[in-house]
Amino acid sequence: MYRYDEFDETMVRERARQFRDQVERRLKGELREENFKPLRLQNGVYLQLHAYMYRIAIPYGQLSAKKLRQLAMIADTYDKGYGHFTTRQNIQFNWIRLKDVPDVLEHLADVEMHSIQTSGNCIRNITSDHLAGANSDEIEDPRPWCEIIRQWSTFHPEFSHLPRKFKIAVTAASHDRAAVRVHDIGLHMKRNGAGEIGFEVLVGGGLGRTPYLGVTIRDWVSKQDLLSYLEANMRVYNRYGRRDNKYKARIKILVNELGPDEYRRQVDVEFANQNAWEKVILPEDEVERITAYFAPPKFASLPARSDTFEKAKRLDHGFARWVKNNIREHKIAGYASVHISLKPQGAPPGDCTSAQMHAIAEIAERYGMDDVRVAHEQDLVLAHVKLDDVPAVYAAMKAVGVASSNAGLGSDLICCPGLDYCNLSNARSISVANEIQAIFADPDYEDDVGVLHVNISGCINACGHHHVGHIGVLGVDKKGEEFYQILLGGRADEKAAIADIQGPGLRHEDVAPAIRRMIEAYLQLRTSKTEKFIDVIARVGQAPFKEALYASA
Amino acid sequence: MPLLRHGKLADGVRLFLEDGSPLPAAGEFIVSAQRFAAEKDALLARNAPIAVRLGPSDDPMTLADHLDRISLIEVVFPKYTDGRGYSIAELLRRRLGYRGELRAVGQVLRDQLNLMVRTGFDAMILDPAALGEADPEAIFQHAVGFFSDVYQASADGRETAFAKRQKANRPAKNEKVG
Repeated sequence: MYRYDEFDETMVRERARQFRDQVERRLKGELREENFKPLRLQNGVYLQLHAYMYRIAIPYGQLSAKKLRQLAMIADTYDKGYGHFTTRQNIQFNWIRLKDVPDVLEHLADVEMHSIQTSGNCIRNITSDHLAGANSDEIEDPRPWCEIIRQWSTFHPEFSHLPRKFKIAVTAASHDRAAVRVHDIGLHMKRNGAGEIGFEVLVGGGLGRTPYLGVTIRDWVSKQDLLSYLEANMRVYNRYGRRDNKYKARIKILVNELGPDEYRRQVDVEFANQNAWEKVILPEDEVERITAYFAPPKFASLPARSDTFEKAKRLDHGFARWVKNNIREHKIAGYASVHISLKPQGAPPGDCTSAQMHAIAEIAERYGMDDVRVAHEQDLVLAHVKLDDVPAVYAAMKAVGVASSNAGLGSDLICCPGLDYCNLSNARSISVANEIQAIFADPDYEDDVGVLHVNISGCINACGHHHVGHIGVLGVDKKGEEFYQILLGGRADEKAAIADIQGPGLRHEDVAPAIRRMIEAYLQLRTSKTEKFIDVIARVGQAPFKEALYASA
Repeated sequence: MPLLRHGKLADGVRLFLEDGSPLPAAGEFIVSAQRFAAEKDALLARNAPIAVRLGPSDDPMTLADHLDRISLIEVVFPKYTDGRGYSIAELLRRRLGYRGELRAVGQVLRDQLNLMVRTGFDAMILDPAALGEADPEAIFQHAVGFFSDVYQASADGRETAFAKRQKANRPAKNEKVG
């Protein structure tokens, strides 16, 4: 894991002092809310329905026991004892007081964390594959480059007042777990014809009210050129992105209004015109220094098969089910990655209590090489666990309610905070999520249905990624009443697709029964248990599902 | 409207000559980029340094051939959240090597001063709303003084943390070799 050096640490401490000064001026009335707003946003502070919401960055989803315990301490001291993990590898606290934020920033700096640029019209937290460094389908660990981009983008003086927010994600795996195609810039590490590793650059993806998938603007950029090429993209966007209408200000609109070819041409011209001294080329030593922090941990040499693990599966049916759903294959024999579900039945999806954070920290230290990740599905992951230890991990997780065996299944849904917290929202999302989860209350039924991604947003801003759910649910307001539109056929992986809205919105109480009917239709239509919900849509189209959706029960 | 140059109160606020109004025979004034483009010959023929004001959507590259005759470029920030001026400044300083005065005007507030200095502005006219009762020079010093290091190379020429680390590492490496 990356460790701050004196420069990184000084930078976050000085930021805390700067924000303390700004908060003091705001509280004294020297700074108007109107002029304070962008400053607080760039420090992660939103004004929500009931209170300030505070968003902390977890760069590329990387946590440790120490960091997790500090988050638990912050939850207990400054909030209501829990936090909410987001789709962009951040954690949010919903009840923070503005006057406390500078102190919290200091506490974060103590564990090499911050809330810099987690909101506002700037380059946001850099996200990545939650299985980076652990899975066997990546060509290289993408995290060193995430860290390099994090540093390059932190307080970038030219790009601190962009037309709109800007999100970058990096993956190095063939299976995209970082949703790079729905980011402003998605970077996919791959080899060129000569076998060198570089980056495919996808630009202009994004959800919100006008969803787009990113398009490949460059098939391959070398590591040496990456930051210079990113600067060229950022400058074209900063100069020519629309500023007249907030809803048309994302780079996706620029790319689509210019057309990808013209956008590419403009970036190429800007890139070609950079003088030698404008190039952002990291010293080789620096790349090596940062990369060294991500060297694989010392794995033990173990047999591929663990008797302890196999025996536990035979003895405990619940454990066996959890293993089937929540364990991911590891690149090292005798190890696994463990998916920690934050989606138990009936709780706000993605929420984690301070007690759970402490327990997970303990487990990570004891069994997980002190390595915890945040997945964009709003779950946590232990990247490296010995198969021998998996039964003990399961027992410890079960004791604190984070051992639901639903990773990737129907009740492991993505969901925004909705009208319960958010002042943008049109409708509740957590209560709908809980009713949909209840469809899968019987684990046998959930297992039978198999892989199914249900994504729920309380408004068109799409924080719950409804456009890329196999089933999407979008809350809308119709004359003061909550209604929900249903979307079908989206996905966020390497086969990314934007879901289609089906028809008129449903009442709150009709959503779960309608989804249940679609699932029943799927069970009828599938040719085998291995044909997933999304595969059936691809094969037969959406019509039978739409019919089921609107069939009265 | 206090003008700061290198953080110190200074004189030199120029009259902006509206497009279409006649060019005075003498005196200091500033013209728009459009007027500069249209009346370049007349302006260059005068035996005086030229001052040009760029709006946020103006292209600084249009000034490229005449920068040796231009002594002042103002860049307008219509709103403090409009970040185009930072790209204009970087282009003028680092792409084109402009060495004259680069002045931020418009909604110039204290919490953006550091970004302006970093992208190459050496002067700015502060928005009165940025000041209250405070002393403009003190505000400037305070606003640009928070960060002892930077990650990005930019027009202010500060050495980056990346470069400093490399320097710090080098002696150790040499020892190993020796």
